[in-house]
Amino acid sequence: MESIKDRYAIVGIGQSPVTLRSGRSELSLALEAVTAAIEDAGLHTKDIDGIMGDHPIRVDAMAIAGALGLRRVGFFIEPEFAGGGVPGGIMHALAGIAAGRAEHVVCYKSLNGASKVTVPGMAFDLAPHENGFTRPFGLLDPAAYAGLAARRHMHEYGTTSRHFGAIAVTCRRHANRNSHAIMHDRPLTLEDHQQSELLADPLRILDRCVDVDGAAACIVTTAERARDLRQRPVYIMAAGQALSPCLARGTKDPTLPENETSLLSRQLFSMAGLTPSDIDVLQICDDFTCYVLMALEDLGFCRKGEGGGFVEGGHLDWPDGKIPLNTSGGNLSEGNLEGFNHIVEGVRQLRGAAQAQVGGAETVLVCGATGTATSGLILRR
Amino acid sequence: MAYLEGLPPPEPHSDYNPFWEGCRRHELLIQRCRDCGWYRHYPRPLCPKCHSWKEQWARVSGKGSVWSWTVIAYPLHPAVADKVPYNIVEVELIEQAGLRLISNLIDCRNEDIFIGMPVEVTFEAMSEGITLPRFRRAV
Amino acid sequence: MPYLPIPLPLPYPESEGFWEGCRRHELTIQACEDCGAYCHPPSPLCPACRSWKRGWSRVSGRGTVAGFTIVTRAIFPGMPVPYNIVRVELQEQQGLCLLGNLIDCPPETIEIGMPVTVVFEDVEPYITMYYFRRTEPDNSGET
Repeated sequence: MESIKDRYAIVGIGQSPVTLRSGRSELSLALEAVTAAIEDAGLHTKDIDGIMGDHPIRVDAMAIAGALGLRRVGFFIEPEFAGGGVPGGIMHALAGIAAGRAEHVVCYKSLNGASKVTVPGMAFDLAPHENGFTRPFGLLDPAAYAGLAARRHMHEYGTTSRHFGAIAVTCRRHANRNSHAIMHDRPLTLEDHQQSELLADPLRILDRCVDVDGAAACIVTTAERARDLRQRPVYIMAAGQALSPCLARGTKDPTLPENETSLLSRQLFSMAGLTPSDIDVLQICDDFTCYVLMALEDLGFCRKGEGGGFVEGGHLDWPDGKIPLNTSGGNLSEGNLEGFNHIVEGVRQLRGAAQAQVGGAETVLVCGATGTATSGLILRR
Repeated sequence: MAYLEGLPPPEPHSDYNPFWEGCRRHELLIQRCRDCGWYRHYPRPLCPKCHSWKEQWARVSGKGSVWSWTVIAYPLHPAVADKVPYNIVEVELIEQAGLRLISNLIDCRNEDIFIGMPVEVTFEAMSEGITLPRFRRAV
Repeated sequence: MPYLPIPLPLPYPESEGFWEGCRRHELTIQACEDCGAYCHPPSPLCPACRSWKRGWSRVSGRGTVAGFTIVTRAIFPGMPVPYNIVRVELQEQQGLCLLGNLIDCPPETIEIGMPVTVVFEDVEPYITMYYFRRTEPDNSGET
């Protein structure tokens, strides 16, 4: 089987502004991001013949195709699992190109996550088989799963709320440098985090992402076609997906030696021919701080159980940390775009165009949301 | 007054109705493979170990320990706006390592909950006509 | 009395202009301020030229039946079957179609190409529904 390594590239990126009340439809936001990405790539709308889309409740591929007047879309995919599925959607886009079904695939995410009165954060309607055993007990939101996982991790390894808070503070500091981040003007200290209201004990409000209205998009194509386009290509070295081995979704067991994130890590690093020490910048989907800490362990950036010590060491902070994390602020402080913002920021870092630019960045690892299903990418200059 | 009144009751489904019927009789029934004996929860049509379709509903002791817990302090979901703070526990039953279910601890202050606390099942009739399994600290 | 006892439309940002027009008993269709192309349902972007400059243009309300169906089985209790659904191509632009219902028209008389004109009914204080009626030769100017 042929590897996809280095054969595909992200050639255009686009974003809408991120606000708490867009006053616009999600279609409008998506179109702003998509048309910006097409323009950024130096392509024409009619060059788009593949779509990696979003949930039909919001903006599905048909809505984009109709609005742009696309008449020959030969490939489309709408990945499930929200933030866990986003990088995997890019992987599917590559598969569509590899199968000869499309040449330029536009990928996007769009949501009025702040202003719309729907279940906050992420879609959380489980199958009836699972709803009956969770909802009557008040488990109505991913925060409850995160709280259970965080509490267990603290019990097993001595992780503390301050460790989780350190991740929130790091992402906020990076958002403070990003003029487009929702929390650009609001600094955050660890003491602020510790004083903040409890959400799902041991997690606090500030351990959770900020819901926003906004959209982000990118264009993928082959490395050959990328060479003729406007921007310096960002090559995809590896892409992968993994499902949790836990029998019930969301119930991340931090004591398992193998989980979806460690499976993903093996896929990505073996495909890229790299190790964690080769990664210059980390973009980890951060719906909740505790999952980021656990991902650092499972991705192999530190040993199992040592995530707390790792985040205390300042390794994740721009500019001096050895592996700056979520350099545009992440879902935690840039705004929850279900991790699509992480892909866009990863591309900016590798183009040398980021606001919190990591000097000499050559590689970026993007990891989707973890816990149930996850996916990821390794990108390079 | 039952703990957490007014939350959506489970939808009936032939795959797992025996669980809720057992609760009505104040019995904790866990689905068990008739071929290899593996317990599984949530109930599902196939054994995840040996893939047999042959199932039984085994009455378990109801004893276990708190594997993890959380206290929902902030009502992210409108349905619980007037119920916070409330606890959710993940209880590991003694019958099998890793056999866990989601429930709540009642007659216990949230600040007294700890991982490893021995618990036993109790049953609570809700006004929607369903009986739910809850847990109490075991003496 | 609305033709069908169904949930009424919920305007969203791009469609508000359409429903405001209906309240004025005017059929207004989104039109591109750059190339003039009409677009329905309303979209943030012109599908013809990709311009973001969207405007609203009052149209004649006249068109022809481009397609229709008669629903004979009530999927939801209380639906007054039989009822029709028509696709009307407006005379202003080829392919510019609206879905709607034909009122005061026996099902067996509906045919492709039948000329129709829009009519309005104030259903609630905040929503006015549009329907179509067969165009009579002497009142084709009525809206």
